[in-house]
Parts: sequence; C-alpha cells; structure tokens
Amino acid sequence: MAPSHDEGAPLGPSYLDAERGLWSWLTTHDHKRIGVMFLAVLLLMFLLGGVFALALRVELLTPGETVMGRLAYNRAFTVHGVVMVWLFLIPSIPASFGNFLLPLMLGARDVAFPRLNLASFYLYVLGAVMTLWGIFQGGVDTGWTFYTPYSTATGRDLLPVLVGVFVVGFSTILTGINFITTVHTMRAPGITWMKVPLFVWALYGTSIIQVLATPVLGMVLVLVALERVAGAGLFDPARGGDPLLYQHLFWFYSHPAVYIMVLPGMGVISETVCAFSRKRPFSYRVIVWSTVGIAFVGFLTWGHHMFVSGQSTFGAGAFSLLSMLVAIFTAMKIFTWLGTLYRGSLWVSTPFAYVLGFIFLLFFGGMSGVAVAVTSADLHWHDTYFVVAHFHFIMVGASLMAFLAALHYWFPKMWGRRYPEGMGIGTAVLIIFGFIATFLPQFLLGNQGMPRRYADYPESFQPLHVASTAGASLLGFGFVIVAIYLGWSLRYGSVAGRNPWGSEGYEWLSDSPPPEFNFHAPPIFPRPPHEYGPPRADGEVDHAA
Amino acid sequence: MSDLLRRILFLPEAASSLAPRVDRLHFFIIITTFIVGAGIGLTGLTFLVRYRRGRVDGPAPAMSAPRWMEAAFAGVPLSFFLLWGALGFEDYVWARTPPREAMDVYVTGKQWMWKFAYPDGPGMVGVLHVPTGTPVRLLLTSRDVIHSFYVPAFRVKMDALPGRYTEVWFEAVRPGRYRVLCAEYCGLDHSRMRAEVVVLEPEAFETWRARQLSEPTWVTSEGAAEEEVLGPLAREGRVVAARQGCLQCHTLDGTPHIGPTWLGLYGREEPLASGGSVRADVAYLTESMMDPLAKVVAGYAPVMPSYHGRLSAADVGALIEFIKSLHPERPEPPPVQEPDYGPLPR
Ligand code: HEM
Ligand SMILES: [Cu+2]
Repeated sequence: MAPSHDEGAPLGPSYLDAERGLWSWLTTHDHKRIGVMFLAVLLLMFLLGGVFALALRVELLTPGETVMGRLAYNRAFTVHGVVMVWLFLIPSIPASFGNFLLPLMLGARDVAFPRLNLASFYLYVLGAVMTLWGIFQGGVDTGWTFYTPYSTATGRDLLPVLVGVFVVGFSTILTGINFITTVHTMRAPGITWMKVPLFVWALYGTSIIQVLATPVLGMVLVLVALERVAGAGLFDPARGGDPLLYQHLFWFYSHPAVYIMVLPGMGVISETVCAFSRKRPFSYRVIVWSTVGIAFVGFLTWGHHMFVSGQSTFGAGAFSLLSMLVAIFTAMKIFTWLGTLYRGSLWVSTPFAYVLGFIFLLFFGGMSGVAVAVTSADLHWHDTYFVVAHFHFIMVGASLMAFLAALHYWFPKMWGRRYPEGMGIGTAVLIIFGFIATFLPQFLLGNQGMPRRYADYPESFQPLHVASTAGASLLGFGFVIVAIYLGWSLRYGSVAGRNPWGSEGYEWLSDSPPPEFNFHAPPIFPRPPHEYGPPRADGEVDHAA
Repeated sequence: MSDLLRRILFLPEAASSLAPRVDRLHFFIIITTFIVGAGIGLTGLTFLVRYRRGRVDGPAPAMSAPRWMEAAFAGVPLSFFLLWGALGFEDYVWARTPPREAMDVYVTGKQWMWKFAYPDGPGMVGVLHVPTGTPVRLLLTSRDVIHSFYVPAFRVKMDALPGRYTEVWFEAVRPGRYRVLCAEYCGLDHSRMRAEVVVLEPEAFETWRARQLSEPTWVTSEGAAEEEVLGPLAREGRVVAARQGCLQCHTLDGTPHIGPTWLGLYGREEPLASGGSVRADVAYLTESMMDPLAKVVAGYAPVMPSYHGRLSAADVGALIEFIKSLHPERPEPPPVQEPDYGPLPR
C-alpha cells in the first residue's frame, strides 16, 4: 500500500522549500503553490465579504436607520453578495484545494497546463481587483444578480464590475478546462475511472458545469454592458426588448453556478467521511452518479427562480418538476454518507465535526430548496428572507463548512504541521451553533413576510432580526478564533508526519508537505481509493492532538 | 391546530382564500422535513456514540449498499417531492387563474409607490380598497424597473414589469388593513415602497365607492412628478446638452430656433433638405451628432458642427435618452388608462 519509496525522512525539499523568495512564488508553475496563492487571496475575499455581512446585520438590528443610510445599505449588500458569490464561493474549493490536490490524487506531477494554471490565477486577481475597484468607485447598488432594467437604469457606473466579473469567469473556465484535461489524460497507471477519488469526481463534475455555463454568464454581462453603453435595447421594453430575457439568461448560468459552489464541498465531505470513519463509501457508485446527475439536471431548473415573474403557468410547473429531480441527488448523497458512518470507527476530529455540521445543514438547506421549488408555496416565499435563509444554509452551511473541513483536514498535508485539535473542535461547535442562530430566524422572518434587500422594515420584524444579528456575531467570533489558531499553527504547530489521519486517500502517499513534483518516484496504485482496513496498530494513526 | 402552527412558524394571519391552501402544504412539508431531519440527526448522534473510535476497536467491516437500498435512497424522497410538487402546482394553477367575474384593478409600480386605479374612475396612491368575498384581479405593470406586489397576509406575490402586464387575483375573507410590500429590489427606497389593502364589507365598499365617484376631489400630481420621471440617464443627458452647447441652437419647448426643437423629436418623421424624409430614431440622432451634414432637415441651414470625438458613447446614449424623454405629452410605456389620483383618505 505504501508508495514505492520507504517511509521515514523526506527524500527532498518540500514544495515550500524547493525555491525561496517572493518571485519564485509569483512565477511558479507548481499547482500546489498556485493553490496556496489562491487560498490566500480567497481568504482575503472572505474576510472582506464577512466584514460587510456583519455591517448589514448591525444595520438591521433596529428598524429605520441604525448605522448607515439606505443608499449605503444597498451598496453594502451588493459588495457582500458580489464578493461572496463571484469572488469567494465560486472559485473557493476548486481553485485552492482542487488545485493543490487534484494532481496528487491522480498520481500526476502537475496539472495538464501548468502555465495556463498560473494565468488563471492572475486573471482571477485582475478580475477581482477590477470588480472591487468598480464596486467602490461606482457605488454599485444592484445586488449580485444585476437584474435589468434596474442595472441598466441606475446612474452608477456598472461597467468595471461587469468586466471584472467577466474576467473572473474566464479564470474559472480556464481552471475547468485544465482540470478536465488533467483527469482525462494524467491519471497514473492503475487509476481507472471507477478508481478516481471522490473529490476528483466532484471537481470533474464542477469543471464541466464551469466550462459549459460560464460562457453564458460572460454573454449576459456583455449584453448588459452593451445595453448600458450603446442602448442596445435587448432588455428594454420601450425598444422592443424584454426584461425577463435577462432573468432567463442569468439563471441559466447562475442556477448551475450554485452547484459550482456546492459540488466541490460534497467532494470534500465524501473524502473526509471515509477517512474519519475508516470505511469505504457506502456506495461509491451512488456518489459518482449523483454528482454527474447534479451536473446535468442542474441545467434544467433555472425557471424556478421566476415563479412570480410572469412566466407561463405551464413553464412554472415544468421547472418545479425538474427541480424535484435535482434535489433527489442531494438526498441520495446524504443517505450514502450516513450509511458510511454505520459501524465505522469514528474519529471525532475537527474536520469530522464540520462534516456532521455539513450534513445537517445541507439537509435543511436542501429541503428548504424543495420547499421553494413548490410553486404555490413560493408565491409566499419568493424574494423573502426564507430564500435568503435557504441559500445561506446551502452555500454557507455546505460550501463554507466543507471549506473549513478541507482547511483542517488538509492543513497537515499543505504545511506539514498540525493545529490544536481541542481548539478546533470547540470552535467548530461554536461556528455551527452561531450559524444556526443566524439563519434559523431568517426562515421565520421569511414566513412572516420580510422581503430581502430591505434597508428598513416594519417594526414587527424586529425580534427575529435581533436574534439573527446575535447569531452572526457568534459566527464572526468563531472565524476570528480559527484564523488565530491556524495562523499560529503555521509556525508553531507540531510536526505532522506524512499521514497524521491514517487516511487511505492517494494524496497522503506523498510527503507532507509534498515535494516539488509530488512524488519522489512514480507511485503505484494497487487498490481503489477509500479502501479502509481497521486502524493500524503501528502508531501511524495518532489520536493525541 | 392550523392557527397554532401558524403562530409557531411566524406566518401572518391567513386573510385570503389562497392563504389556507398555501399554509396547509407548508405545514405538510415542514412537518415531514422535521421528522426526517430529526431522524437524520438522531441517527448521526447514535452512530457517533456507538461507533466512537476507541470504544469499538474491532475491524470496521467493509460494506456496500445493496442495490435495493440505493433505489430506496432515490425513490422514497422522490415520491415525497413529486407529491408536494403536484399538490403545489394544483394550488398554483388556481392562484393564477382569475375567476371570470373578478373585479379589475390596475396597479402600477413606480419608484417608490404603488398606484391603484379602478376602470370606472377613482384611483389612488398607496391604498387599495376592496370588498370581502369578491375575487379581485390585479393587472400589474411598472413605470420604471421591476417591482413585486406582495401582500403577506394574502400569500400573494406577483412581479410588476415595465412594458408588460402580469395578473394576479385574490379574494379577501375578512375586513381589515393589510400591508403591501415591494418584494423585488428596485433601488434606493425599495424597503419603503409600501401600501395598504383596505378590505371592507361589501356594503361599506359600495358606500366608499359612491362617495369617491360623487366627490371627484382628485388632483393631478403628474406635473410635480415630471422631474423624477426623468430617468438618471436622461438627466445625465440634459447635463451633457447644456455643457456641449446643444441648447444654443435647439430648444426644448417646441419653438424652432437655429436647429429643430427637441420636443417630440424622437420618432418624428423629418423632411430632408435633399428630399425624402427620415425617421428620427436612435440611428439618425446618432448620425446627426457625428455627421450633421449627412442629412439636413428641410428649412434649416447646414451649420451644426460635428461632435465626433467630442461626445463619448455614454454621452450619446444619455443625450438620446434625454431627447426621448421630451414628448409633448409623455406616452406611458404601458397604455393603461390612467385616471387622476385622488387624495389619500387616511
Ligand atoms: C444544493 C445546492 C443548492 C445551492 C447552492 C442553492 C443556492 C441557491 C441560491 C444562491 C439561491 C438564491 C438565488 C437568489 O439570490 O435569488 C437559491 C434559490 C432557490 N433555490 Fe436553491 N440551492 C441549492 C439547492 C436547491 C435545491 C435542491 C432546490 C430545489 C429542489 C433549490 C431550489 C431553489 C429555488 C426554487 C430557489 C428560488 C427561490 C425564490 O427565489 O423564490 N435549491 N438557491
Ligand atoms: Cu419595488
């Protein structure tokens, strides 16, 4: 089972030490370094989005003006949404952990196009800078969805933001192409399609969506820009255009895009569930085919965002039906993960705590998705806080929990060090609790009839807003603690050893941190991934934190 | 029972004939979800306790789901989802099919107010009067951006779009005052775009209507609103026109000056000095700014300079938008018969 070199002292310098100096990082073609650079920028974006989130919650503490005016509020939720969705969630797991791990998990030396990979990073940075500059200098107040005709009528300058998001989209497409090619051509001998690790399957499904859907987004952004600059009239009824056309095009991309955000997270969970219960997945096949199913059916459900927009009644029924099909794949995954825990040997660690949080939150997020996909119920819920709670449960609950699980699970792999486990578990509990306290009241607010994107609200909504803001401050506090102890562990954490979790994932066959070209000798993969035996007696699995 | 659940779930009172239908399905979905959710949570916790590493030390058996179980994973939830979808769609079709005898009211959304107008006359801003027990069909449209007409107590929501009509209907079951909100983000005062539905007993409603018809105390507020009717782009265009000196030759009030007036220019058929005529559309207006001598309007000297290189594309767009806004009488995008608006009987 071991790779073809002996365990023990690393044979060469790690990717961190192979070359030194800032310049060597900025010009690297090493997928691991690119993944780390993505991670750094993404965390920065998350911080920015998070600060604005807290500002929004504080403003909503009382009706009327609390700390900012309505214009400032409208701009703030735009910054929050644009940054979180376009600059954090969509690239998050694939660009950072995906980049770092995909070649390792396939026994490859790098991705198929290393130079393109670096280009994709710089495109992302360029796009992010443009977007942010655009948002702040233009005072954009359209929300992350840029709905026309508001986005074409508002006096603010939207152009830099449209171009910025467009450029970020290019970065996404390039990463997707790179991953697809890598999976097809660079699997080490022995890794057949049905032996591809589940995280790689998830990245593969995600990449397909990215490559197929993102061009549509690019097109929509160009059309809005044309409308603004040249008065193209595509969405303007006064010139024969149709405001609903925008929504169709936008959601044709953005519904699949929500799966770009969540599929990689599901991949992380599939990996960690197996590792921490020391079990092979209850059904590898179900996980793989539901991933492919989501990637496919996800394209057919966009109309469920438009049940009250005036689309045809029949159309609404069809989209409702198709939405039910996509929900089923998530349900299948949840059951399979639970089945994997059954009679396992469960190690309650920080990543595992996030896994449990993930499953629970994904369940309620998914079920509330089904609920809003029920046409009559959506008459009440559409564009209220119920929807806000739904997509935060899914996106924060699932994508972010998975991101945190990944951050902790692969921390030793990336840095060769460990973090204080007790601290990690405690904080995970705090974060999950804070999360529920933040968003559960929002479901009820939606029931009560509080529309989203409100700077001001009638008095009767206040108690639930106070509860939500209180939860958000717990949540924010939790993230600060994570940042502190992980930052501390980067330097002072105990040395991890090659495989501190006793995981059977292929990536752990390499050193931690891995050497420059991943493996000192070509690895051999004699067994399927996630093929766990009983815990080893040789002390390889270290329980003490 | 329903009332208790409604209170627990923070649903507002159910004041329309649609509301109990929506709520019933809501309860069904939420109860099922919670039962299954509790099941998942308990299963997870039980596993966590029973199979904690260190507690059981035996080898974990490698297990794979049998085929029937994989099928059940998909089949059981799917049948629930489809059932909900079907029940919901039945109600949805009902909610989107106004009865024939419904009373019509025109609703116009505008940044940031709701205007209501009855076909036979009275209309008002911010208050909609309806009788109980009568289906009311709303014909919605918007003057500017997309708004969404939302009455939480009725469980009714429908977008109001510029250049289109959407319809929605409801039947109020109880007299009272119910809050109308805007549910589609529409700019600065989105969160203050509120109105009220006043539901009256049928006799009280007739009395109210008779009084409205006999005392036409309506005032026009349109003149004052002219200023804000000008969209941001058009306003920008007015600035550009002044800055670039367009207004030294073109007037805005209909009097011909050195050049043709801009009032009512957009869409007008202009006779050309060279014979024939041209329709003043976007293409022609743009051409006239860039290459004024290409098509000179009959009766004017060819004196206008070219603005090629002096106007950015955005300037041109703004100017055109401004010119378009200069109609002798503003044509509303949707051809509603808009009555004058009465004072608010508050
Ligand atoms: C599993 C991953 C999912 C993610 C990441 C996700 C994410 C989102 C997001 C971001 C929105 C809000 C869009 C906006 O800003 O307006 C949304 C809305 C919606 N989602 Fe999901 N969702 C997921 C699953 C589902 C499922 C499984 C269903 C249905 C079976 C569903 C049905 C809906 C519907 C109907 C809406 C629109 C609700 C409305 O606006 O009234 N979602 N979702
Ligand atoms: Cu509105």
